Amino acid sequence: MVAVRQRRSTAPEAPLYTRDDVEALSVSEPQWLRESRLVAWDLYERLPMPGFTDEAWRRTDYRHINWSEAGRPIAVPNPTLDVVPQANLEPLIGDEQGGIIVFVDGELVYYELNEAVKKQGVVFTDLATACRDHEDLVRPRLMTKAVLPFEGKFAALHAALWTHGVFLYVPRGTAVELPFHVVMYNSGDGATMGHMLVAIEEAAQATILVDYLSAPGESQSLYVGATELLVGASANLRYVGLQDWNRQTFEFSYQRARVERDANLDWILGNMGGELIKQFIEMELDGQGAVGRVSGMFFADGHQLFDQDTQQEHNAPLTSSDLLFKGAAKDSARTVWQGMIKSLPKMQKIDGFQACRNLVLSEDARMDAIPGLEIEADDVRCTHAATFGTLEEQPVFYLMSRGIPRADAELMVTEGFFEELLDRIPFERVQERLRASLEAKIVGISQIK
Amino acid sequence: MGAALEIRDLHVSIEDKPILRGVNLTVKQGEVHALMGPNGSGKSTLANVLLGNPAYEVTEGEVIFKGDNLLEMEADARSRAGLFLAFQYPVSIPGVTLANFLRLAINARMKAVDPESKGISVTDFRRLLRAKMDMLQMDHSFAGRYLNEGFSGGEKKRAEILQMATLDPSIAILDETDSGLDIDALRVVSEGVSKLRGPDLGILVITHYQRILNYITPDYVHVMYQGQIVESGGPELALHLEEAGYDWIREKVSE
Ligand SMILES: Nc1ncnc2c1ncn2[C@@H]1O[C@H](COP(=O)(O)OP(=O)(O)OP(=O)(O)O)[C@@H](O)[C@H]1O
Ligand SMILES: [Mg+2]
Repeated sequence: MVAVRQRRSTAPEAPLYTRDDVEALSVSEPQWLRESRLVAWDLYERLPMPGFTDEAWRRTDYRHINWSEAGRPIAVPNPTLDVVPQANLEPLIGDEQGGIIVFVDGELVYYELNEAVKKQGVVFTDLATACRDHEDLVRPRLMTKAVLPFEGKFAALHAALWTHGVFLYVPRGTAVELPFHVVMYNSGDGATMGHMLVAIEEAAQATILVDYLSAPGESQSLYVGATELLVGASANLRYVGLQDWNRQTFEFSYQRARVERDANLDWILGNMGGELIKQFIEMELDGQGAVGRVSGMFFADGHQLFDQDTQQEHNAPLTSSDLLFKGAAKDSARTVWQGMIKSLPKMQKIDGFQACRNLVLSEDARMDAIPGLEIEADDVRCTHAATFGTLEEQPVFYLMSRGIPRADAELMVTEGFFEELLDRIPFERVQERLRASLEAKIVGISQIK
Repeated sequence: MGAALEIRDLHVSIEDKPILRGVNLTVKQGEVHALMGPNGSGKSTLANVLLGNPAYEVTEGEVIFKGDNLLEMEADARSRAGLFLAFQYPVSIPGVTLANFLRLAINARMKAVDPESKGISVTDFRRLLRAKMDMLQMDHSFAGRYLNEGFSGGEKKRAEILQMATLDPSIAILDETDSGLDIDALRVVSEGVSKLRGPDLGILVITHYQRILNYITPDYVHVMYQGQIVESGGPELALHLEEAGYDWIREKVSE
């Protein structure tokens, strides 16, 4: 007992980066970017490491991270596309895509933008290039509207040291039917800090999938990410982010969407991999009539820890949000979901819904789900729910009574639990991929990662 | 000689409460038996135990099916051996479509016979399922729906018989398949069952009403009361129960 208490009182150590790292990283970058990185660095130095006194971090002990190991740059010379699993490079639907950008170990290795889409005035490029070639579009948006450097130690760290990223810009009134695809793949151990900046202008429309994954690791890795989704008035964005890091990766990321008047966001997230995943997922409905749906699926096994914080903020009247997270945990895995629906005072006709459904598949697994409401308006309809269940015997028996062996029956019932969310992913091939990794987790062969 | 399901002195408890107290019954292929009896007498318990529902505990007795001790087999093996139960209250299983589930059930059968089997082809399966759905006048869209999820009471019963028709059992137990069906549906479903009737199929119809028995005339009728079969006879026994109710059974047993 005493030992435990002592351990808890030890504050987490900070990563070992220095101002020189920032200078070195930005040596050939535009002046404005270099300056903003340095400002973020100063901020980073002043902010405290999040600890157990912060409500959002109370359940997530990350002190077993070894910064000197996880935090160093990945040292694999000349990364190439060949190392990326073929399944992650296939077109999402049919055989055409709007564009694809692939990073290996934080380096851009492949880039393709459909000619027709390019002619529509769409910008889809890696973030470093975008900062150079599209300063007018990037500078006013990069970490100024959605994810802000001062919201936390890891946000500031990311702002100072992001290593790679993507900028997607869809101009006003432009509907892009073909999906965009981004792959962030790591072949070696160490740190990357990826950034997604997506700006969909008024009445525009786009769909994008981001795959995060890495090869099996020998030592710890770190990912400090940021995702910024700016959805203009009456625009329509479908955003899918799927995380499948190796079992030695620690992720700390901030993801925030801002949704303007009458716009529609359909946001889907999946967490399968990693050693420890801490994500802040926030959706701000800024304009009247904005609608947002957030769907999250996660499956933790082994000794994985997933901690997901979600927020639905209603900053305008007549906004509606709908959040559904569904997850499972087996072995001695641990998951935390903490959700909050907020509204500014005097906002009329607000509709907010949140639910987290948990499937606890072993005695040692632990799942927490903490819903919350902070509503200051009165003409609101907000509901929240958190449920916990184990694998039910009667559905399994039903399937077995038709001749299906127990293992298959259990697999079907467990997979069935996620089907509602898989169904929301607009790409059949990606659904199949996810089903396969769910299956590997359920039957217990996923630990090889 | 067809195969038989032989139930001998079966005792069953739920949470230490005795429900079945010595049931004896033999159903042979080609025969139709009706099992009647007041609410709570143990009919569904018997049906579930025969299929191996883990919620029930067998404390005594044996069940022989095709020469094997049924009680030692897992539920899936019982099904593959040719036993079928149309549930009184089928559970819903979100995320599992009726078609996908039935295809896997057929494949599990084929694999049990031949481990190398690749299972039924998609086209063959589709053809089979369509034919059976048409026989039961079911809309084809049911194939793509999640199992029993949001099905009406009658639709669930129809889906149970669809499964029976597809899986081709040698002994089928229908647990109150008639309840919840409207008059037309009762006719369609009963006629469907009648079509399946033949020398290779034994049926145990659990029911409270004569109606379904008008379509599927039983060879034998049994009455269960407080966990035992207390009366057996021919089809006229069901007609008599319809008129007289169970009071005479109660009196007879308490004597
Ligand atoms: N899971 C269970 N837990 C506790 N008691 C149960 C359970 N299942 C059945 N029982 C009890 O066992 C007894 C027999 O129930 P059963 O469902 O077999 O009756 P039945 O003859 O099928 O009735 P009905 O005609 O109403 O369908 C009842 O008293 C019932 O309450
Ligand atoms: Mg019953």
